[in-house]
Amino acid sequence: MLNIIKSGFFTTVQDSGRFGYRDKGVPVAGAMDSFTASKLNTLLENEENSAVLEITMTGPTLEFEEDTYIVLGGAEMSVTLNDMAVEHYKVYKVNSGDILSYGKLLKGFRAYLAIKDGFKTSLVLGSRSFFKPITEHDSIKKIPALPYNKYKEFSPKITKLKVDSVLDKSQLEVFKGPEYNLLTDKQLSQIFYNEFSVANENNRMAYQLSEAIEGNTLSMLTSATLPGTIQLTPAGKLIILMKDGQTTGGYPRILQLSDMAMSILAQKRPGDLIRFKLK
Amino acid sequence: MSNFNISVRQFGAHAILVEWPNKVEETILNEILQFIQYLKENHLDEKEWEFVPAYNSLTLICKDTLLDFDYFKPKIKEWYAIKGKIEPATRYLWRLPVCYDLKFGLDLEELSEKLGRSIADITALHSKGIYTVYGIGFLPGFMYLGGVPETLEVPRKSSPRPKVLMGSVGLAGKQTGIYPQDSPGGWNIIGKCPIPMFDVNKENPCFVKVGDKIQFYPISMAEYQLHKIESEVGIYNIEKIVLNA
Repeated sequence: MLNIIKSGFFTTVQDSGRFGYRDKGVPVAGAMDSFTASKLNTLLENEENSAVLEITMTGPTLEFEEDTYIVLGGAEMSVTLNDMAVEHYKVYKVNSGDILSYGKLLKGFRAYLAIKDGFKTSLVLGSRSFFKPITEHDSIKKIPALPYNKYKEFSPKITKLKVDSVLDKSQLEVFKGPEYNLLTDKQLSQIFYNEFSVANENNRMAYQLSEAIEGNTLSMLTSATLPGTIQLTPAGKLIILMKDGQTTGGYPRILQLSDMAMSILAQKRPGDLIRFKLK
Repeated sequence: MSNFNISVRQFGAHAILVEWPNKVEETILNEILQFIQYLKENHLDEKEWEFVPAYNSLTLICKDTLLDFDYFKPKIKEWYAIKGKIEPATRYLWRLPVCYDLKFGLDLEELSEKLGRSIADITALHSKGIYTVYGIGFLPGFMYLGGVPETLEVPRKSSPRPKVLMGSVGLAGKQTGIYPQDSPGGWNIIGKCPIPMFDVNKENPCFVKVGDKIQFYPISMAEYQLHKIESEVGIYNIEKIVLNA
């Protein structure tokens, strides 16, 4: 078990998400920065959909009960294993009784902790990703400990990786969305020639942007939305649906983020600037 | 022969959006359901693809790989043209109990004034209708139901409630439905259904699917309490009638 001494601001268990229930209205969920989560699992030679910890803004303090191997990535926080500073994308062996503590957030927004074989919290509808009320908890706040498999012997093929981090990027690659053709020349230039800043209203369901563009009053029949779908509201606000975003919506879907763009955006916090580039 | 012109468009790196004419019509919904069945049986493996129907659209989502849209666009048009008449999955009419007691029907008195009808009239009209499930979304197990009589059309509340309780039955515009979980919401609340619309402990967590129909029938507070306990312990049998495709 991984004992949770302090949970951090918002820490969740995430894998690659829930597949096959969108026609029942169940969001996909899964790691917001899937690029990073996937790299970490690769380093540990884990299955691709192994569950990792997603650590938002401020990190937890954790105690390992059994020996295993871990690797950290994503947002930069000052992290120590016992008293030793921990580097990103480097496989560490941890021993029973070791304490991992997260300090100050330095860069980015979501840090990831992957463990050999993944966390073994319960599978609900085929996924361990937290999403209340599909799962009992929405974060680890009320959970005393997380299960994982003990691992004594593992010699990773790669012990350290140099990763082209998503943290320094701010350009989001987008596809044309289904209602892209509704956009006027003015709206197009507002979207592609301006920078936008991430608003305070952002979470795993959606990111909002502070700047509005010209609105759109088209009323359309409710239709599917996806993680990364950018909706335009009548007031001209851009709402970017993220991994826990609803599966259907009635606002025009003007743009669709690429997978990499979703990972880049997942590392942004309020006030950070982004710009869009058509794929 | 398929009767409609469909449009097929790429929707990001993993999805294809297929659209029928922009109308709320049973014939269109039937076409979509038949096409889903045809695709599942012949071309798109359910392990790799998700099928999300809603009103006049079908979104096909591919699990892992980046899909080759140039390959699929003509294929989907071709498949739709040759699919012929398919028997869609069995569809049901579900009869769901609703307690319209004022304790649950928080907005019944206000609606009675707005609509100029008695509360008894409103609940009788609501439970007389047979509603079609045109989509499931917004929340897990939330049904978009069509078929609300014009006499019950009423705008959303001017300010939404921060918390509408799970099971609450609402009316808004041309729509009615059940809140499958506690949630903020702006619909006018007229009653409560004791049967959970979504249960993660079941292999099929949501018994209703798009294309099914719903009818509500009024129950007393005592029956509500009984059915609630029955469904909690798993002995409540939801009344269903097989519909002809």
